[in-house]
This record gives sequence, structure tokens and C-alpha cells, in this order.
Amino acid sequence: MSLFEIFRKKEKQSANIAKERLQIIVAHERAARNSPDYLPALQKDILAVVKKYIDIDMDQIHVNLENNNDSSILELNVTLPGS
Amino acid sequence: MAKIIVVTSGKGGVGKTTTSAAIAAGLAAGGEKTVVIDFDVGLRNLDLIMGCERRVVYDLVNVINGEANLNQALIKDKRLENLFILPASQTRDKDALTHEGVEQVLNELKESFEYIICDSPAGIEKGAQLALYFADEAIIVTNPEVSSVRDSDRIIGILHSKSRRAEQQLDPVKEQLLLTRYDPLRVEKGEMLSVEDVEEILSIPLLGVIPESLAVLKASNQGIPVSFDEQSDAGKAYLDAVQRFKGNDVPHRFLEAQKPGLLKRMFGG
Repeated sequence: MSLFEIFRKKEKQSANIAKERLQIIVAHERAARNSPDYLPALQKDILAVVKKYIDIDMDQIHVNLENNNDSSILELNVTLPGS
Repeated sequence: MAKIIVVTSGKGGVGKTTTSAAIAAGLAAGGEKTVVIDFDVGLRNLDLIMGCERRVVYDLVNVINGEANLNQALIKDKRLENLFILPASQTRDKDALTHEGVEQVLNELKESFEYIICDSPAGIEKGAQLALYFADEAIIVTNPEVSSVRDSDRIIGILHSKSRRAEQQLDPVKEQLLLTRYDPLRVEKGEMLSVEDVEEILSIPLLGVIPESLAVLKASNQGIPVSFDEQSDAGKAYLDAVQRFKGNDVPHRFLEAQKPGLLKRMFGG
């Protein structure tokens, strides 16, 4: 191993970066895949209602459905603009 | 009982057609009557890879439309007694394949074949969905590269929700991973995702690893399935995969980089 390579090893290996990025995006897409079809529409409607009163963007509303064994939790998270 | 196998990937250019040809040839060489169907309507290429492009008269769409019967459209391989090819049509009509039509063709093929290999087109459009819909087993062809792995996961999701087995709540499609264009040297250097990485992300069992190999282009240049090249690393890896597919326990090869010899180490390579 040359001196140059010893220094290079300190840089993060690109395969590891690839793996981490994939794990995140795949987990995200699997969650979206398993969520009911109406979630995006629901999110849009809620946004429209909130927007009537407060000026917010699409990405400031998060709708999340979690399934536990015998119950489902619909979580709604609205980030209000700082006053 | 005939088995329908889809060779799929989502992403294009990862080796679906090469794999379909190599696996079909390997199964047929083992004495099983095998047909391989090209589902890539409009972009037919399996005929070229199999070396029978000059013998195509009728195709899958002709059979579906009743313009030819199955025996007229099936091309018998000149090298193997048990191997047949059903080419895709070159029509630009994207609605040429119908659900009922494909089902009818597959049912007829089931009567005389042991293995029916469906070579899926890239993407997640109708052609790809029809290729996987009737499958009993799926071979997910993946390159150790981010876009290919992500698209494979997408296709696995479609197998889970939109295949016949999923819709009719039967036993799920048996999915297996075939990692192609693998370069152990680059994996060792940390430049390429390893088999273990891809297995961990996709979490489906591993059917085989095909090393990046000059033999693949050489075989496609000549219209010979690469599994006929028994001397080549890729040919051997495909034949191993065929054995595993049939349920035989064969150890994985070509996962480690070849150690350079003394001369190469002294004089560089």
C-alpha cells in the first residue's frame, strides 16, 4: 500500500455512502408504498383548509399513518410560520 | 407443473435479457423443456441475444391477435433440443399486449413446457406489469449501483401488490436476487456496494452473483447465451445460478478479487 493510499483511506468510502443513502430512500419509499392511497389527497385537503387561515406551504404539513397491532394512529403535524 | 418465472429489474441495461437467455439455456441444457418469452414489445432484443433474429416470422402479438398459432411463432433453438423462443413484436402500438391475451398464451405454453421464462421490459409500465403478473417466481436482476438497487426495490413492491399471486392472495411470488456486473476488486477498495450490502437493503435471498465479464459482450456479439461459454467466469456463474434455481446447494464463486500473481505485483498490471 502506498503512502498516498493510506491518506486516501481516511476519506469515507463511496460504497458506504451509497449504502447509507439507499437505506434511507428505500425505507422512505417502502413506508409510502404501504400507506393508504388517500393519504396524499388528505394531506392536500388539510393544507387547503389550514391555508384559508394561515399562509403555509405544502411541505409544512406532514401526515403520517402508523399501524400498531390493534390500532392505527393518524398523526398530523403542521409547522406554523414563526410569529 | 409448469413454472412461470419473470426476469425483471425496473432499471434498464442491468442484464435482464442476458440473464433470461443464460438461465433459459442453462435449464434447457439440463433437460427441462424451456421457453423464453420477450415481453419488450417495440424493442425486441432477445432474438438477437439468442442468435435467432433472422428466423422470426410471427411473434407474441401475432399469437394474441390470432394471426398465427403458437407453434408458428415459437422458434426452436438450433443448439438445444429443449429450448424455444417466443419473440416480441416490433409494433409501436403500446396496447398490443392484453391481459387476457397473455394469460391465454401462458396457459397454452404451460401444457407443454416445464419452465416459462418471461423477459420483462425495463420500467414499470404495462409491458413490465404483464410480464410479472402471472409469475410464480421472480429473478430480480440488480447491479451493485444505487439507481439499480432502488428500482429493484420498487419492482419488488409491485410484485407484492400487483401480481396475480398478490391479488388473489395465493402464496407470494418467490423472489430471488441476481447481482450482475459485480467487480470484487472495486468492492474490496470500497468503491462498489458489496453482495452483503445489496442483500441487506433488498432483503431477498441471493440466487447468484455474476461477475463483470468480457464474456458477456463476446456472447451477445455472437448471439450465443453466455451460459454456453462454460469456460468463462460469467458462464460458470450463470450455470451455478441455474443449479441453485433448481434447488441444488452450490457454493458462490467469483466473490473475491483474483490475487495478482508475483509477476503482476512486481511489474504492475
